[in-house]
Amino acid sequence: MPRCDYACNTADHGLSRRAFLGASTAAALGPVGFASANANAELAKSQKRVLVIFLAGGVSQLETWDPKPNTDTGGPFKAISTSVPGTHICELLPHTAKQMHRLAIVRGLNSVSDDHGIGEKIMLTGRKPEAGIEYPHIGAVSAKLLGNGAASALPGHIQILPKGSSGFGKADATFLGPKFASVSLGDGKPPADLFRPANLSVESDAAREDFRRKLNDRFAKSRKSAATDAYAESFEQAERVVKQAEVFDIEKEDRKVADRYGRHDLGRHFLLARRLLEAGVTYVKVSHSNYDTHHENFDFHIEQLGEFDRPFAALMDDLADRGMLETTLVVVMSEMGRTPRINDRYGRDHWSKAWSVALGGCGIKGGAVVGKTNATGTAVTDREVYSGHLFHTYLRAVGLDSTKSFYPNERPVPIADPKTAAITEILA
Amino acid sequence: MSDLTAARLEREFKHARPLIGCRFDPSGRFLFVSSEDDSIQRFDLLTGVKTPLLGHKSWVRGMAFVGTLPAAGSGELDTLRRRYTSLHALTGFAGAILPPPKPAPFTFISGDYHGNLIWWQGDAESPKPIRTVEAHKGWIRAVAVSPDGTTLASCGNDNAVRLWKTEDGSLIRSLEGHGSHVYNCAFHPDGTRLASCDLKGIVKDWNLKTGVADRELDAKILTKYDPTFMADIGGARAIAFSPDGTKLGCAGITNVSNAFAGVGNPAVVVFDWKEGKPKVLKPKDAFQGTAWGFAFHPAGFSLAAGGGSGGRVWFWKGDDVVSVHMLTAPVVARDLALAPAGDRFAVAGANGSAYVYTFTPGPAPVPPPTPPKK
Repeated sequence: MPRCDYACNTADHGLSRRAFLGASTAAALGPVGFASANANAELAKSQKRVLVIFLAGGVSQLETWDPKPNTDTGGPFKAISTSVPGTHICELLPHTAKQMHRLAIVRGLNSVSDDHGIGEKIMLTGRKPEAGIEYPHIGAVSAKLLGNGAASALPGHIQILPKGSSGFGKADATFLGPKFASVSLGDGKPPADLFRPANLSVESDAAREDFRRKLNDRFAKSRKSAATDAYAESFEQAERVVKQAEVFDIEKEDRKVADRYGRHDLGRHFLLARRLLEAGVTYVKVSHSNYDTHHENFDFHIEQLGEFDRPFAALMDDLADRGMLETTLVVVMSEMGRTPRINDRYGRDHWSKAWSVALGGCGIKGGAVVGKTNATGTAVTDREVYSGHLFHTYLRAVGLDSTKSFYPNERPVPIADPKTAAITEILA
Repeated sequence: MSDLTAARLEREFKHARPLIGCRFDPSGRFLFVSSEDDSIQRFDLLTGVKTPLLGHKSWVRGMAFVGTLPAAGSGELDTLRRRYTSLHALTGFAGAILPPPKPAPFTFISGDYHGNLIWWQGDAESPKPIRTVEAHKGWIRAVAVSPDGTTLASCGNDNAVRLWKTEDGSLIRSLEGHGSHVYNCAFHPDGTRLASCDLKGIVKDWNLKTGVADRELDAKILTKYDPTFMADIGGARAIAFSPDGTKLGCAGITNVSNAFAGVGNPAVVVFDWKEGKPKVLKPKDAFQGTAWGFAFHPAGFSLAAGGGSGGRVWFWKGDDVVSVHMLTAPVVARDLALAPAGDRFAVAGANGSAYVYTFTPGPAPVPPPTPPKK
């Protein structure tokens, strides 16, 4: 992990007054910080947020945003009309089709790498990997520049994973520092051992925590490093999560609303994402697994997009109904697309040269379509863009100047790849 | 009685786009193949003529016929071919204008991934759709015709099995009860029951008089929820009753370690139909892939075709569970069809070719004459 600039003395290190006030505000609002409709509306007006839905494994652009029916590469599915006249998407997304007036499609994306890990990094950092520097993920950048959950006691950068363990201390903030690193929620659940055991009194717990802080502070005076900082930040993040534990309990949600999202894993995760955003978290990423369909691509896309479609449409409706869509940028991305060529096992393989991403909400011109691929989807024929273009677009959409720089160790590092620029055609 | 070890490649029929399925017509003269270009192609084994059937707007994997079956082992096609070839030899150039013998009439019914059934006059010179029925919501995965030819069964991704009158395409009954996509269905030879198998490997035994599934058989060995990719793989990619109705076979993939790469082993679950007891047929070689087609041969053996890392055809004798013979197919075999007389079988190649194999021993038969010009 790159070392942080510990000499900068910015408010981003340690517990800032703003974060403290944010926590206090949240506490005043009630146990989950968004007890009233008025409070929601106020939050919605004041804070820009980012929601990334990551279709892990590489979703097929032909089975989603750029169908090519009745061609050599099109597969068996139809293209269906949407709420935007003239715009068609794959029949596997009938509910999403009704949301297209709120979404823009970028159809000319070339993300350069056909490797899962590298592709994910490219899509989340807006850069090709470079020797000597690790760029922060969009979640960390959003948390840093949009306030890190300032209106909430919760961390500003949360990712909801389909399964696995929950935890702190990810390296995705790089030089921005561990304060902006993601908190992972495996299956949408906070770490199981986060909360105070029943047999431990509040007083004993507080004393124990106080003792830990003293030891930690003493150690940090002489041996402070990125590792110790990340360790200390993990405790602070955990503390913030504990303070708003009820946000994570989607059983608190109105039953009718929960039904609209669907009573399955992804429905729960989308609902949790909305609750977190509503509670003031700056950036939430929800991953849906999995789309890496080298075998029987079409069968698996029926199953996976069948899980995605209805809850995603419910999420978009819910965000709009609550007045949050105007302040929340929604991005549906993946680490790559899939080959137009159908292999001999009905699969599609890895493909980065010409695929699509959908964006909506804050700062996005709903219904816009930019970029074009050829008749069989094998090449971009108009307005080719790279992940850097998207990264600029995300930041511009939430009102940030993407041409500015960070200054880790007093060295300027452009926030977004300066060789690219925002896709203005889809900006509102 | 066909000798399974005599099976050898007889000829290749080429199409420009990858094939999905293949079926012989009731006489065994025509091979119908479906392709990724949404078309069906009819290959005449007698003349070599290729005829497109255009009408579907999506992929077709359900194909069935209404017509008169020849007696098993009759060798009707070879007899016809010998006569036709002899006539050409006798008439020389005049043979070029000799029309091929008129086929016996039969109806062909196909089902596509948009949920539509299409009726065709299968023996027509240039078959056109004569009836289209919106039969299922989503994919039709398979169709079958009852032994008496009066009823068509279709099944698909709306979890339903539906019965239709072959005469007019009207719905007879919808058989509801599967909880997942229905991959395949087959009529019992006595015509009173229908078996259907879904994604989760549940086989239902439907009483066609009552429309009730009287029992379920367990082919779950052909299914798996892959926790890594968080998706289901499975289902009977092929299904068939033995000619005497004592066995039901469901073919697919088992031992799946990576659903999204198709890493597993081909397998056929064969049920003793009366007792419902299963046994699992497997290839002798450690092959990774899926069994996409399966048939019981009237001579008592069974065969399956499939692919993964290359294509294969496996043969099992009697009650053996390990294959006794294997052919390497030129490409991944996506389906298998056994000719009604049992003298041939064909596989649908992922490269666009249909490969026809014969059980007739000896040198390759004389190639058919050049098709007469129209």
